[in-house]
Amino acid sequence: MLHRAFFRWAGDPALVLAVLLMTGFGIAMIYSAGVLNIPSPVTEHAWVRQGRWFALGLTAFTTVRYMRAPWFERIALPAYAFSLVLLVATLILGTGGGAVVGVNSFLDLGFIRFQPAEFAKLATILALGRYVATRAEDPTSLGALLVPSVIAGVPLALVILQPDLGTALAFVGILFATLYWAGTPIGLLLLLASPGAALVLSYDTRIWAAFFVALVGAVYFYRYRLLVVESLALVLANLAAGTIATPLWNSLAEYQQNRILVFLDPNVDPRGAGYHLIQSMVAIGSGRLVGKGFTHGTQKRLDFLPEQHTDFIFSVIGEELGFLGTSLALALFMFILYRLVKLAAEADDPFAGLVILGIFGAWLVHILVNVGMTVGMVPITGIPLPFVSYGGTFLLMSWIAVGVAVRVSEDN
Amino acid sequence: MRAQHPHRKRKRAQGAIALAAVMLAILVFQFFRVQVLRSGDYVLRAESNRLRLLPVPAPRGTVFDRSGRVIADNTPGYAVYVLRDSRSATRETLELVRPHLGLSDEKVESLMQGVRRHEPLLVDIDADFSAVAILEELRGHFPGVYTEMRPKRRYHAGEAVAHALGYVGEVTRQELDTEQFSAYEQGMLVGKAGIERQYEEVLQGRRGVRYLEVDASGRIVGSLAGIERDPGEPGEDLQLALDLDLMEWIHRIFPDSLPGAVVALDPADGGVLALYSAPTFDPNQFVGGMSAEDWGVIGRNPWKPMLNRAVMGLYPPASTWKLAAAGIALELGVVGPHEEMPVPCTGGLVYGGEYRACWLPTGHGYLDLAGAIGQSCNVYFYQLGMRIGLDRILEGGTKIGFAEQCGIDLPQESRGIFPEERAFWERRWGYQPLEGEVLSLAIGQGPNSQTPLKMAQFYMALARDGSAPAPHILRDPTPQEGWRLNLSRESIEQLRDGIRQVTSPGGTAYLSSLEYWDLIGKTGSGQNPQDPERAHAWFSGMAGPWGAEPEIVVVALVEFGRSGAATAAPLAAKTADFYLRRKHGIPVDTIQTLGEHWRTGRYAPWAR
Repeated sequence: MLHRAFFRWAGDPALVLAVLLMTGFGIAMIYSAGVLNIPSPVTEHAWVRQGRWFALGLTAFTTVRYMRAPWFERIALPAYAFSLVLLVATLILGTGGGAVVGVNSFLDLGFIRFQPAEFAKLATILALGRYVATRAEDPTSLGALLVPSVIAGVPLALVILQPDLGTALAFVGILFATLYWAGTPIGLLLLLASPGAALVLSYDTRIWAAFFVALVGAVYFYRYRLLVVESLALVLANLAAGTIATPLWNSLAEYQQNRILVFLDPNVDPRGAGYHLIQSMVAIGSGRLVGKGFTHGTQKRLDFLPEQHTDFIFSVIGEELGFLGTSLALALFMFILYRLVKLAAEADDPFAGLVILGIFGAWLVHILVNVGMTVGMVPITGIPLPFVSYGGTFLLMSWIAVGVAVRVSEDN
Repeated sequence: MRAQHPHRKRKRAQGAIALAAVMLAILVFQFFRVQVLRSGDYVLRAESNRLRLLPVPAPRGTVFDRSGRVIADNTPGYAVYVLRDSRSATRETLELVRPHLGLSDEKVESLMQGVRRHEPLLVDIDADFSAVAILEELRGHFPGVYTEMRPKRRYHAGEAVAHALGYVGEVTRQELDTEQFSAYEQGMLVGKAGIERQYEEVLQGRRGVRYLEVDASGRIVGSLAGIERDPGEPGEDLQLALDLDLMEWIHRIFPDSLPGAVVALDPADGGVLALYSAPTFDPNQFVGGMSAEDWGVIGRNPWKPMLNRAVMGLYPPASTWKLAAAGIALELGVVGPHEEMPVPCTGGLVYGGEYRACWLPTGHGYLDLAGAIGQSCNVYFYQLGMRIGLDRILEGGTKIGFAEQCGIDLPQESRGIFPEERAFWERRWGYQPLEGEVLSLAIGQGPNSQTPLKMAQFYMALARDGSAPAPHILRDPTPQEGWRLNLSRESIEQLRDGIRQVTSPGGTAYLSSLEYWDLIGKTGSGQNPQDPERAHAWFSGMAGPWGAEPEIVVVALVEFGRSGAATAAPLAAKTADFYLRRKHGIPVDTIQTLGEHWRTGRYAPWAR
């Protein structure tokens, strides 16, 4: 009886069970992150607050489960518009309190403080899904990618202005995952990504030159599928990216520049910018195979780990639970991602698949960037780990996303 | 939409899953590298992250006197350390603790100079117990403050032994730059003077370490009991030849307010029984750093209490040096044992057209060597000097080492001033000495200044067989030969007969003669450039049981003491008496010399 009720409530029991497990695990690790030799009011009771948000998340999940599926399609565009208003409001009225100093990502409504960017992600997923699903043609030409790019690009730009690079990356994930699911050829996606690559590669003129030649070659290869205007736009965009790279670099805040430099070599400034990365890797590495035991991480206890209950929660996992813990956690994430794709593949409604893949794209970026930065594979950006990192809005929105994914996949 | 065709959807789904799987697999592989393949590295770094070394000073070796009495040992003291992560945090903590530890502005500044990242900063070597109690009680209020029990030097009978033993203090930055202290570190206590400095390497021991666990902001979380710690090795103990009771006795009887020195040697092996310099200081004041106020008191004292007069002070030896002239003459054989000089003393002598006076205007008449020593007759010694000749007296004096250091085991010792050759005059005053200089030298005048220790070493040769080992404070039963006067037994006896007359009836120091002991010695009054009226008083001599070999050599020098007989001789006599009574089991009495007996109305049937 009971498990039937659960099945009915969950919709996709495997996915919901995995996410429940992950949230519980996260709360346990947030509890552990608060166990310090000299306790800090910031982290000590964070797990209780996270538990409350979890309860709220379950309530929201349940509510979403009982909504009618077409309703999501209908509210997609209004929600998107509303989220843009919120993001603009955040830029003007936003307050700090996020993981990163100097980032004003919270909107304080008096009775509640939340991060509009998290809401904007889901709204963007819905809006993109709705736009792409209602097009008669698959977006297989570069021109057809323009509107989806703008839909994702506007909130992305607003979030970058906060400036929250990490969350902004999630919008890139959403865009590419949605387009991919919509049938955009991989080559076209790569061309779409090429200005970004040009931006990064421009730190060395010779490498950028080689990349540019390759790009021109690719454009020539795709010449039958690209309009002349599109080809020109691509080449110009890449040229522009290569040119503005230096002024753009100079416009970055010092801490942002440092994070990128440190990613290239953590020992550039071991007490300054490289500190987080080194301490994180020392914590993870010293965890060895089975870890130092739950709550017993010395690096964490002695406060060497930065942001240990939010962005660097995975370092605590690595230190206390070892390689066993990190690989199991990543396996559970893999399972969640797998279940999402499975749901998308089984859904008949194109809108459902697109939305679910959007969620998939967002989470994949979150996982890769968050986990990757703790072991020095990705530059450090303030980006939380879904279901695990402390953070109310993100947990709530993630649970709503699970609800949406399950709900839209069920029926038409 | 073509993309929604089930086959295409399945392919897309597979692609998405494959992408996620590959990405996560790369992450897993990276975690495998960090957590399994290279974990050893990170484990080490995690340890060094959270552990700080705290040096644990080893207890310094205990110093014993010749009978095993403790001269210097250690008591528990408390050191206060500050360990913070940044300079500003360190300063913050220093500001918090300074009212409790009484740190001055200068002290705080000098401490800030010594701040090293990840190294505990030693703030106070010797904190008051009450201050430590407060710091420990309110630990939470003093982030990064750590107190530690630490052995603290204690000097028993401090003032009596100050100059011989020296004292310890925190090693200075200048010292750290020298070869000797290259292995030392800031905050360590090292010997600064005396025996403490001389045997620093032996006494210091090897310090240990303990580990402190700190958090990211450098706050001390705990001291790790489980982790290996190294207690170090205590310094080696030293046994000295010094007699602590004797030193305390000398400190007690030394004339108040007069500077001077007393040196007592054991003629058996050259061991230093006592080495005292007045005025003195309390070495316990130096332990744990001296306050500016205390330094001022010492620094302003015109008599320079820190100067060890026994080994650093140079004084004209005056008549006490006549024994050296006599010894040189006997070694050369220019005078017979009982031979009288051809010219009798009539109160003076004309030499080179110049009248040279004896101290007794009425004259001493005909004297042999012993008589001349006993009477301290200048006229006799003028003639003796002429027989020796200038070159040979320079040679003889140089051989005895009057232009040298004795080689005592102390970090500092003045070398005597004595002309080694005729060129000495040329160098100093730009003229060639006339042969007549020998007259001055023979009576202990002229360019001749010696330390009390040097004179003691010379008299020790007379108390022995003419040989004199280097005096040593460390108990060393195998003395090293210093130099030797080739004197026959008869010659030595004759010299002793001479100085025996000094303490015999009619001798200048008769009032200093003793009941149980044969005290023999020579008085002297060295010219005092600071006050011609009040000469530096000398007494150099030796004492032992009647009819036996001398068992103690004593030299007393009292600046401004006027005459050797009045101040120096009683001091030396009382020193010798105290030592010998205790050595031979005779109760110690404060009424010792004949003069004291007479002044206090005591019956002295033993008076000769």
